[in-house]
Amino acid sequence: MLAYIARRLIMSALILLGVSFITFALLYLLPADPVRQIAGRSATPETVANIRAQLGLDQSFIVQYARYLGNLLQGDLGRSYLQKTEVETLIASRLPASLLLMAGAIVCELVLGLTMGVVAALRRGTGTDNTLMVVSFVGVSAPQFVVGLLMLYVFAVQLRWFPIGGYGTFAHFVLPAMTLGIMGSGWYSRMMRSSMIDVLRQDFIRTARAKGLGRARIMFRHALPNAILPIIAMIGIDVGIFMGGIVVVESVFGWPGIGQLAWQAIQRVDIPIIMGVTLVSACAIVIGNLVADIASLLADPRIKIR
Amino acid sequence: MKNLLTTTALIAALALPQLAIADGHSDLDPDAQYGGNITITYKDDVATLDPAIGYDWQNWSMIKSLYDGLMDYTPGTTDLRPGLAESYEISEDGMIFTFKLREGVLFHNGREMTAEDVKYSLDRVTNPVTQSPGAGFFGSIAGYDAVSAGEVEGLSGVTVVDPYTVEITLSRPDATFLHVMGLNFASVVAKEAVDEAGADFGKTAMGTGAFRLGEWTIGQRLVFEKNADYWREGLPYLDSVTFEVGQEPIVALLRLQNGEVDVPGDGIPPAKFMEVMGDPDQAAQVIEGGQLHTGYITLNVNIPPFDNVDVRRAVNMAINKERITQVINGRAVPATQPLPPSMPGYTEDYAGYAYDVDAAKALLADAGFADGFETELFVMNTDPNPRIAQAIQQDLSQIGITASIQSLAQASVIAAGGEADQAPMIWSGGMAWIADFPDASNFYGPILGCDGAVQGGWNWSWYCNADIDAMAIEADSMTDPDMVDARLQMWSDIYMAVMEDAPWVPVFNEQRYTMKSERMGGADALYVDPVSIPVNYDYVFVTDVQ
Amino acid sequence: MTVADVPPLAAPVEEGVWVRLRRRKLAMFGLILIAATLLGAIFAPYLTQFNPDEQMFDGLSITGAPMEPGGEFILGTDLLGRDLLTRILYGARTSLIIGLVANGVALLIGTFVGVTAGYFGGILGGVLMRLTDLMMAFPALLLAICLAAIFQPSLWIVAMVIATVNWVQTARVLYAETASLSQREFIAAERTLGAGHTRILFRHILPHLVPTIIVWGTLGISTTVLLEATLSYLGVGVQPPTPSWGNIIFENQTYFQAAPWLVFFPGLAIVALALAFNLVGDALRDILDPTQRGRT
Repeated sequence: MLAYIARRLIMSALILLGVSFITFALLYLLPADPVRQIAGRSATPETVANIRAQLGLDQSFIVQYARYLGNLLQGDLGRSYLQKTEVETLIASRLPASLLLMAGAIVCELVLGLTMGVVAALRRGTGTDNTLMVVSFVGVSAPQFVVGLLMLYVFAVQLRWFPIGGYGTFAHFVLPAMTLGIMGSGWYSRMMRSSMIDVLRQDFIRTARAKGLGRARIMFRHALPNAILPIIAMIGIDVGIFMGGIVVVESVFGWPGIGQLAWQAIQRVDIPIIMGVTLVSACAIVIGNLVADIASLLADPRIKIR
Repeated sequence: MKNLLTTTALIAALALPQLAIADGHSDLDPDAQYGGNITITYKDDVATLDPAIGYDWQNWSMIKSLYDGLMDYTPGTTDLRPGLAESYEISEDGMIFTFKLREGVLFHNGREMTAEDVKYSLDRVTNPVTQSPGAGFFGSIAGYDAVSAGEVEGLSGVTVVDPYTVEITLSRPDATFLHVMGLNFASVVAKEAVDEAGADFGKTAMGTGAFRLGEWTIGQRLVFEKNADYWREGLPYLDSVTFEVGQEPIVALLRLQNGEVDVPGDGIPPAKFMEVMGDPDQAAQVIEGGQLHTGYITLNVNIPPFDNVDVRRAVNMAINKERITQVINGRAVPATQPLPPSMPGYTEDYAGYAYDVDAAKALLADAGFADGFETELFVMNTDPNPRIAQAIQQDLSQIGITASIQSLAQASVIAAGGEADQAPMIWSGGMAWIADFPDASNFYGPILGCDGAVQGGWNWSWYCNADIDAMAIEADSMTDPDMVDARLQMWSDIYMAVMEDAPWVPVFNEQRYTMKSERMGGADALYVDPVSIPVNYDYVFVTDVQ
Repeated sequence: MTVADVPPLAAPVEEGVWVRLRRRKLAMFGLILIAATLLGAIFAPYLTQFNPDEQMFDGLSITGAPMEPGGEFILGTDLLGRDLLTRILYGARTSLIIGLVANGVALLIGTFVGVTAGYFGGILGGVLMRLTDLMMAFPALLLAICLAAIFQPSLWIVAMVIATVNWVQTARVLYAETASLSQREFIAAERTLGAGHTRILFRHILPHLVPTIIVWGTLGISTTVLLEATLSYLGVGVQPPTPSWGNIIFENQTYFQAAPWLVFFPGLAIVALALAFNLVGDALRDILDPTQRGRT
């Protein structure tokens, strides 16, 4: 197991290197010129040339990338072109908000998804089952910006149960967390349902019933723990999906996280920030996948370690 | 619409005798109460508070409240008045300015401001290491070229005569020089604070302004606190100003209606505009004013068929400016020329190219394009600009021009405009020109002059008329106060000549609408201040101080 | 079962699928939705009297506000005075074209990468799968936004961008299946008999993969439809005036409090189409490969 983890970590480091290279190359290819943005509209050609030289943007791609990589390995993510603040500072000040949102989304996914899945499994074949499954499907099929805008309109504007976007209290937190979590809850409810059905069919459950154990006890002590294992593994994968989702959700709700930071940076071609956020996201995804794989290994040792 | 500046007022201001004396007492408001805090909201993070770097409409007025420069403006107007300079003298040939500084002006850290600080600040902003976007404004100071090329570290034209006297020598006559001294870029900063903060100076503030920076939580809030030792006696009225960032405009508006916010800094969101103006109670809290802004379509004279002046004139006649103004809920005034109406030098009775589809088609046919042609229209991809572009596209199709819309990120449009042969038409929305200072010349140089028609420049129509350039240089050399009228007339002629060549289609001048809470007091003009956009924080007050 | 018994694609299999599909009500509902969207897209010019690009003077009130649903404009108008129903119908074309093209390309790439890596294994396989891991590490939406910013967005560019971020899942699934298939004895037997790689791939491996490809292909359309809508919503997808359900919301979202129909109707369309493909794809997965039921 340790060897496996070590191998995966090395692989992850290489993957992150690849991500940094490709992202840097893509940003290099952007037709927009960041120096123009920094220099502003009244700058003379000399000023522009000066700024370009100072930022090292007049050098070749390889030189620029090598410099970036060198700084990166020393823990320096550079400075924002337009805000002159260190990228680390900007990301660090906004990351907690995004992490909070993702944590809330996971809670929402699990609570909604697992409940729906278990209920549907127990009432398999009935109208309840069908309804819950349709609801799950709809959840999976709705893009987050539509869900977000609708929830904002219905619950915040019309019903006034929640504030209209923003940050600060629990009330501000509910709608964006739910928006981010609804899609996942649809997946989880269906997975949980089929997982529960599989587990409930198994011998050890029949044995437990034959022994006369109560339904609740069977559920909570025997069925659920086994059914949940594959789900836990999936949570790691969710991180990747969230990384895209927060761009939209933070934009709709005005949530001050790194999604908003990335979106603003892309608009203004603030390359250091874009690089920083992409790398942080890729890190999170890679770690999430690793955790998910380890979790499934632990859950089902029959899966061979490749 | 309130005309905040009349030509005569400006003439009166500039017609002061060569020796100008400041009197900071006459503009205090007798109704003002002292104390209290106001809350302003913005959507985006504040980028920087470094006066040498800050150049967006969000931090422009913030910097004005934290820092001062040699020159200033009478609040709510575009009239120059002395700032940190108590008085100034101009030599006969208009090339040497001698500023006498006020004594006893303190930085926020308690140290007195002297002429050394003025020189330090001007040297700093022109030094290429600072990467200031405003360095070019100081091009007329002697020694600028050497500093800009990195050869020397200080402007030879700025000399400290004694601790309270600064002498600035120009390398060429410049009628806009006093305006330049009123720009944020010319603000006086404290060297020790810059040295201590290094590259993070923009996240701090050390100036002489009416407010000091109290607190800054990145991504959430900034708080300005009253500078009790401010050199303008009796100011500011407020104890503090709180800026909350990350707030959507619609949310800000609702919070204003709830009494939590005093001014939504991003303005009234278009979606709510009609609702707000339709409600008399809310409309009463909205102040409307002109801006020194023009929205326009650039026609690239390098790309056929826009190299044909008749084609450009035909396009001018094809655009239905009334309808486009309707698309943005009437928040603008249709434009006839490059200058906005409140700018001195605006030609009052010029009708421009009237909307006339048939005449446009005829003109196009005469030019040899009876069947029209295909072209591209570049636009920035944030609302409402794609919608405006589509309205323009429809207008063009009426005279046979098929324009495909290229809706891109702002930086990409700017990049395309800066290439000689990439963007045949650009709608300037989102990047439209707002005057840096209230002078007619500011609308010419970078966007219509030959200097701007270079790779990476902002003259996206690549229009370069040497004769008109010569007129512009001549107009800006008219530094003699007796020649103010003649200078304005010359600028008016310049822009009329530009309209003859029609490299642009001026479309509209956006109005500014500032909504404020009921508790805020002060003259209306302070809320649509043409220089300190949107609000002049130094002069406003609240009426509910306990 | 001998080598010769490996069933090629034959009518009996398809008939069984269709019959079983017909029995599932949800899947049929999905098919009906897809058919409705297809018909709406194809016959759009006949279903409405308006042009999707036509900005009508009476499409806006005097103050420039969009018109509410009802009367001449069944679903109301948008902020430029264009009929919403018309734009939604034409928008169906955009969603379907991009959904199908992007998904088709993604499927091709994914199949190529997955099958090649699974069949040949070794270094080639390793490299290809590491490439897949690399793509998976990218936050897809950020990558799509960056790509769209580099290339001036047109319908086809958007489709290619979406395809680029979408082939990974297919590749991984097909890799696993191909790898396990390739190790079966009958393949080795074929090789001994002298069969070339091409023959083995096309006659013996790919046919077994067809069910998986169909399932992922169908489910994938739902993903591409959603991704296109999101990109257009952010302003970096299909550009107006070409209507796309996502860019209708993008253009009109600041008005959603005053004119919620401008967000609600296109939003409903997006959800409906994605849902339809999800329902059909899920049913197909149940039918064609019961061991994968409910798993992602």
